[in-house]
Amino acid sequence: MSGFILETEGLTKEFRGFVAVKNVSLKVRRGSTHALIGPNGAGKTTCFNLLTKFLPPSAGRIVYNGRDITREKPSSIARLGLVRSFQISAVFPHLSVLENVRIALQRQRGFSFDFWRAEGVLAEYNDRAAELLEAVGLQEYVAHTAAELPYGRKRALELATTLALDPAMLLLDEPTAGMGHEDVGRIMELIGRVAKDRTVLMVEHNMTVVSTLAHTITVLARGEVLAEGDYATVSKNPDVIQAYMGTANA
Amino acid sequence: MATVTAGEIRAATHEGLPRQQVVAFVIMVGALVAAPFFFYPVFLMKVLCFALFACAFNLLIGYVGLLSFGHAAYFGMGSYVAAHAAKVWGLPTELAILAGTAVAGVLGVVFGWLAIKRQGIYFAMITLALAQMVFFFSLQAPFTGGEDGIQSVPRGHLFGVIDLRSDLAMYFFVLAIFLMGFLFIYRVIHSPFGQVLKAIRENEARATSLGYRPDHYKLTAFVLSATLAGLAGATKAIVFQLASLTDVHWSMSGEVVLMTLVGGLGTVFGPVVGALTIVTMQNYLASFGAWVTVIQGVIFIVCVMAFRRGVIGEIANVLKKPL
Ligand SMILES: Nc1ncnc2c1ncn2[C@@H]1O[C@H](COP(=O)(O)OP(=O)(O)OP(=O)(O)O)[C@@H](O)[C@H]1O
Ligand SMILES: [Mg+2]
Repeated sequence: MSGFILETEGLTKEFRGFVAVKNVSLKVRRGSTHALIGPNGAGKTTCFNLLTKFLPPSAGRIVYNGRDITREKPSSIARLGLVRSFQISAVFPHLSVLENVRIALQRQRGFSFDFWRAEGVLAEYNDRAAELLEAVGLQEYVAHTAAELPYGRKRALELATTLALDPAMLLLDEPTAGMGHEDVGRIMELIGRVAKDRTVLMVEHNMTVVSTLAHTITVLARGEVLAEGDYATVSKNPDVIQAYMGTANA
Repeated sequence: MATVTAGEIRAATHEGLPRQQVVAFVIMVGALVAAPFFFYPVFLMKVLCFALFACAFNLLIGYVGLLSFGHAAYFGMGSYVAAHAAKVWGLPTELAILAGTAVAGVLGVVFGWLAIKRQGIYFAMITLALAQMVFFFSLQAPFTGGEDGIQSVPRGHLFGVIDLRSDLAMYFFVLAIFLMGFLFIYRVIHSPFGQVLKAIRENEARATSLGYRPDHYKLTAFVLSATLAGLAGATKAIVFQLASLTDVHWSMSGEVVLMTLVGGLGTVFGPVVGALTIVTMQNYLASFGAWVTVIQGVIFIVCVMAFRRGVIGEIANVLKKPL
């Protein structure tokens, strides 16, 4: 198997004439942590939506684990071990924090179409769910409704839910956005820990997080790849500085 | 680091039957067993049939978030088929009801498959359009008896022994059907399947990204809902010995929405209370003639403005416990 778990060729997405992602060829090395950065509107989230099949590409190909997934359904992507989080925290607001994680753990049963069974059969996942919640520092909140959590904690819950699937590859869209300082530290530490034995592709604006965690950084601007390399290389690249300054002044 | 206790897990998973629901259920069953000795059984049977219909409808809107505006199709088809089976084919009552239920279920598979690909208002419109097709089919098809409907359907004997011509016997048979349906729905929403349904209702994109196929779950729920609506319609046909165009008319679809909203959408007991309220109102206001609709409309508006969560929804909100 190739050293790259995920490869795209000429990935392009056009919205009624506006090209949000243009000819992106991305290679993510197996086991690495790869950051996708770029100014607002660069096309990072759109890229994620293409990779996880939430949007069909206008052109290009996506290969995951040696398999062409360009025409797969979004739900199949997760079953292949490629699981995403969302930029805007995605929890199940009226379920309890524990139930949120359990929904993901429940996937191990295959499909849950057994409407005649009591939900007590799900109790076997409670301990694992509690463990995952402890790992993200939510042990005090298990019985809360997800909607009651402050924003940063919702992000942590989302991460615990994603990790519950034990995916081979994680796609995290701004995992620390909207978090307080100490939460960022904890989540960063957690991502570092879970990234040891899997591949992580993340969109992140916090440069401390990026420089600490990422082995490789790809910079997107206006839908195109502007630069790629490690943090030291990328941060010195004049085009990258220009792209960021450009939007800062705009 | 503090660890999660078993008690917290119990609280988080709502393990065991919630006390207030058990109490409410016991009160409901007690009242329903006693009721025929105080009230007119035929009226009560009407309430029970509509309560089951509303519970079936609520499974879809309350737990999947899908507003069907064509549930009369399943109710009405269940009614026609049961009436035809009992009268023309001479099937025993219980089999006639099962036949009506099964046909409604099959119709649910086809219509559900067509409708669930659409979201929100488009879903509602497609279900309405399909139900209108069923209405015109019922108007034209020879077996439905057109404007007359299927009249003087025999009530028959239950399992060949119990004479259902007695209103009291019929009542307890209908009560048994209602309770089975009610408990079945309770089980569905508290099953592993029900958990996934709620997740889809809450955040479909997230459920998809976790590997679930929302369409398959929605379709399953749709078919269950249609089947139970058919059971309600079939039972109604036997009780009133009549299947008619009223059962498949769009206003029947509207009525079940009204009942569920008044009682409390997404609550276990709400649809029952809603059905009781609306059927009682129609009965007592019948002397007002055409004004019934107007009065009903006003009450509906008052309900929506005053208690948005419906009667049971508001009570549950005060108690801070699910009902
Ligand atoms: N569904 C859509 N229809 C039309 N245009 C869209 C759609 N989704 C995204 N866009 C546009 O594509 C561009 C890229 O958006 P995208 O959300 O991918 O940016 P981003 O890099 O994730 O930005 P941010 O850092 O703000 O999250 C934006 O100009 C956006 O307006
Ligand atoms: Mg984005």
